[in-house]
Amino acid sequence: MATQTYADKLATPEHTYKSLTPFQLAFRRFRKHKLAMVGFVIIFIFFFMGIFAPVISPYPYDKTSIKVFYEPGKDPAHILGTDNVGRDYLSRVIWGANTSLIVSMSVQAFCLVVGLALGFMAGWFGGVWDYVLSRIIEVVGAMPGLMFQILIMTLLGNGLWNVIIAIAILSWPGWVRLVRAQVLAYRTRDFMEASRALGASTSFIAWRHMFPNILNPLLIAISFGVPGFIVAEAGLSFLGRGINDPVASWGKMLASAGDYVSSYIYMGIIPTVIIIIVIIGFSFFGDGVRDALDPQSDRATGG
Amino acid sequence: MARYLLVRFFGFIFVIVTVSFITFFLMWSTPGGPFDESKMPLEGAAKANILKKYGLDQPFYVQWFKYMVNAVQGDFGTSFQYQTPVKDLFLKFWPNSLLLGVLSLAWSFPVGIIIGVIAALKRNTVIDYFITTFALVTSSLPQFAVIFFALAIFAVWLKVVPYGGWIDRTPDLKVLILPVLIFGMGTVGSLARYTRSGMLDVLGQDYIRTARAKGAKRSVVIFKHAMRNMLVPIVTIFLPTVTNILSGSIYVELGFVIPGVGRFFLLSIFARDYPMIMATVLIAATILSVTYLLTDVAYTLLDPRIRLA
Repeated sequence: MATQTYADKLATPEHTYKSLTPFQLAFRRFRKHKLAMVGFVIIFIFFFMGIFAPVISPYPYDKTSIKVFYEPGKDPAHILGTDNVGRDYLSRVIWGANTSLIVSMSVQAFCLVVGLALGFMAGWFGGVWDYVLSRIIEVVGAMPGLMFQILIMTLLGNGLWNVIIAIAILSWPGWVRLVRAQVLAYRTRDFMEASRALGASTSFIAWRHMFPNILNPLLIAISFGVPGFIVAEAGLSFLGRGINDPVASWGKMLASAGDYVSSYIYMGIIPTVIIIIVIIGFSFFGDGVRDALDPQSDRATGG
Repeated sequence: MARYLLVRFFGFIFVIVTVSFITFFLMWSTPGGPFDESKMPLEGAAKANILKKYGLDQPFYVQWFKYMVNAVQGDFGTSFQYQTPVKDLFLKFWPNSLLLGVLSLAWSFPVGIIIGVIAALKRNTVIDYFITTFALVTSSLPQFAVIFFALAIFAVWLKVVPYGGWIDRTPDLKVLILPVLIFGMGTVGSLARYTRSGMLDVLGQDYIRTARAKGAKRSVVIFKHAMRNMLVPIVTIFLPTVTNILSGSIYVELGFVIPGVGRFFLLSIFARDYPMIMATVLIAATILSVTYLLTDVAYTLLDPRIRLA
């Protein structure tokens, strides 16, 4: 056998290096973040419960029975017991996930569309657009959030879509500001100028050059935004200005438990624990997403 | 600076006028009015009289304009539910919200900054890991869920605090401790996270190394050189927190039955008490807008590199 040169050694399979895309690198960093993986599993279960609620829930959310105030474990047919009108608590929890999912995803989708469209317009075209939008954002920003959500809910009445409207109306300015700041930061960069000089259209530049640069901060914001919307919905329902009866909502379950705290405490503990687990899951996940997508953030670089 | 403040002042007037108009419009369009009694409906003429007394028979923009003209002169109207001037009600309820808020601020700010600095100095150790996880969890937990757990454990199970709050008693340690802890908890978490990342930023700067190299003690470098530059992230979070505290927390006041502004705002909405709702929203919006202005001015004072635009 001929002498092995260094170059040959490098060519062996264990020494060939595959170059990874930034996304693959980010994914690798995310996988190493243990708490983020825990968060991911929790979110996965939450999404599964929410999407497949009609299939996996043992009873319809509004089916009542004479078995009222059954504590968890008292009846094998109702693992988590029943509530004050005899509805299966496990089914209510699962359908509550469905409600949370619909509300948070709808509000998030609205905020994304509005944020991207208006934020891009304000940042890119500037001038009158920017001025008018900034004034509107100032006005919405000066509205005390929870107070206005309650006011709007009182006007519209309880209901799934009304909750979405009430939360969305007060949540979009932050997303416009985020997109606008990113557009302003990138619009005068050389590669933008070059693209424009080569005759690229505005929509091409927006999609091909601007959007990829907005994507990372946007993904980080989403992973912290969704749990915020879940809490907002649960909070409004808890205050009696949210989801209408008999639709299930974790906040409403907690509110109706308030009258029975001393005798049937499980009614409050179950929804509270579920909300807390989901929210903690989202914040671990969001922390992992930020560390993975923003390598400059402190924990990823160790400094 | 003077020119800048003048422009901002006009912006502030515009914002307050618009917010008040939207609030008034929302209230006015909400079905049901303050004198729509379902149990004892008023006679036609009597109702017309009472509506006239409170000016409710006029078009809503006239009502709004009259209200604003009076509000600027310090008259926030008479509460429909209590039949007393809103100003007096505020003087009665606001101190309770303020007491709660100031006490929460008094413990949460030092604690948040201290544990944030500790986490930064001990970065990537068990202590840092514990503090960052604690901060992440406390800053994201929904207040109403924490309140429920606190009440279930301390009021129902251990029976060490009264369940009924401080409606009928003077606030003492027993009724204050849980609300103050829970109200401040979110601040501790987010402040610790801001402080930690701000501190790490500053500690990586060249002038810190220079200061150490010229022989300054570590403690001097941290407290004199690093902490001063930490003020910007602290201001970023300090003023919004103050706003929160001034306008009262609806969840905490509701959960712990505290007669504060947040709780009475909610009760006023249920009762369609227009003057109360308007006054609360106006005051909260004013505090919010002034806070934004103060934050921007504070930035320039703390960091001369930041210019007012």
